[in-house]
Amino acid sequence: MSNLSYEESIKLVYKGLVLLAVVTLIEVFVSLFGKGYIIEGVQKSAILVGLAGLVIVGLSLYKAYFIIYEFMHMRYEVKGLALSVLLPTLLLVWAIIAFFQEGSSWGARRSQVKEFNKAVSEESIRPISADATYPMKEVPIQE
Amino acid sequence: MAAETVVQDNDTQVSDDQWGGGKAPFKASYGKLMMWYFLLSDAFTFAGFLIAYGALRFSSPTWPVPDFVFSTAPFGVHDAPLIFVTIMSFLLIISSVTMVRAVQEGHRENRQGVVFWMLLTVIGGFGFLGCQAWEWNNLIGTEHMSLTTNPFGSYTVDGVYLNPDGSVSDETFEAGESYLIHKGSLGHHELEGYDEGAGDHDAHDLSPGDHAGYFVDDRGYVHRKYQVTSEGELNGQIFQEEFGPRAFGGLFFFITGFHGFHVFSGVVFLLIILINSASGLYAARKNGYEMVEKIGLYWHFVDLVWVFVFLVFYLL
Repeated sequence: MSNLSYEESIKLVYKGLVLLAVVTLIEVFVSLFGKGYIIEGVQKSAILVGLAGLVIVGLSLYKAYFIIYEFMHMRYEVKGLALSVLLPTLLLVWAIIAFFQEGSSWGARRSQVKEFNKAVSEESIRPISADATYPMKEVPIQE
Repeated sequence: MAAETVVQDNDTQVSDDQWGGGKAPFKASYGKLMMWYFLLSDAFTFAGFLIAYGALRFSSPTWPVPDFVFSTAPFGVHDAPLIFVTIMSFLLIISSVTMVRAVQEGHRENRQGVVFWMLLTVIGGFGFLGCQAWEWNNLIGTEHMSLTTNPFGSYTVDGVYLNPDGSVSDETFEAGESYLIHKGSLGHHELEGYDEGAGDHDAHDLSPGDHAGYFVDDRGYVHRKYQVTSEGELNGQIFQEEFGPRAFGGLFFFITGFHGFHVFSGVVFLLIILINSASGLYAARKNGYEMVEKIGLYWHFVDLVWVFVFLVFYLL
């Protein structure tokens, strides 16, 4: 592998160990920070929690890149091989992120529908009929 | 023959060189290339599970907060959020590093080095499995979580607990905090992981049914009652702790179990190839112990999946 000497390769491996360990510790620290264990009340601020989440995801992606390129020696493989493996993997990462957002959206829509149904049952607005067209507007009941 | 001559004159005829064989695509051996593509397919499977977890978790109004659920460790440690699972991560990272060393020794055709470093990797793998087993035993045996029962919940309102006799205590909580529904049994308050303020309700009547300050269901879970103190139409009403989202148990045990199965099969393969290396089988092939490199790829993949399971389940 490459033009590094034996001793240099070994040193690099242990540097990698320290790097991964430090990144993991930072991840855990940022996660606990985002949950309010380091400073009280952080978990209430949506911006800080979102920022902590982004940092954690970024660090994990960096760990993944390091493991694949250095430990699995992808760095020394032909570019075609690397692309044929990594491009689908990147699509997977995107799919995971996209479906997390999708889940949030489901939750928000569900509570929206719940509130709407509650308003309907309290007779403050007219219920939607089966043949109504979109977009639907809430119309107050008119006598 | 005439047909042959015509074919040979065809401009679009592919030369024999390309289809004559002997050329490795991407300059990688068959075994290594196929291992990469197997790992890619396995990544799709795990991504599917993580997507299911993420979509279900973020669409639920409440979800057990990971740093509350996973705050115990062996030897009676509790209230140490995420520490044990961080130790598990380190175990896998270290075993990945020893695997890289084994591959390096293999490239130097150093049989003893390969056996030594692979042995360390196997020990790391067994250590991780042991830790995961402890975690499962703790959740199932001590905290009474199962595939369908999730005793970890979180509050959606602010409130104050009731004492066992029904009077209002001074133990308050806020919306977003987590709770664990305990299962009443003799001496359970000595078991690790329980909140000190849970009260010694085991000294009280644990027969199934409605009591003044708590409700015992017919499986023995003690649902403590509380009074809502946050503003709104629920203010002043009395509720009991309910089980958390049902999907949590199935998702957690299945995903960590599937990963643990990969670790176990990885350890088995590592042992097989370790024994083969020790016997001199790979030295005879004179290919730089390529088999060790291939199983190294699998082992690093197991570590990689854990990075993402750790991220999704415990950190986010």
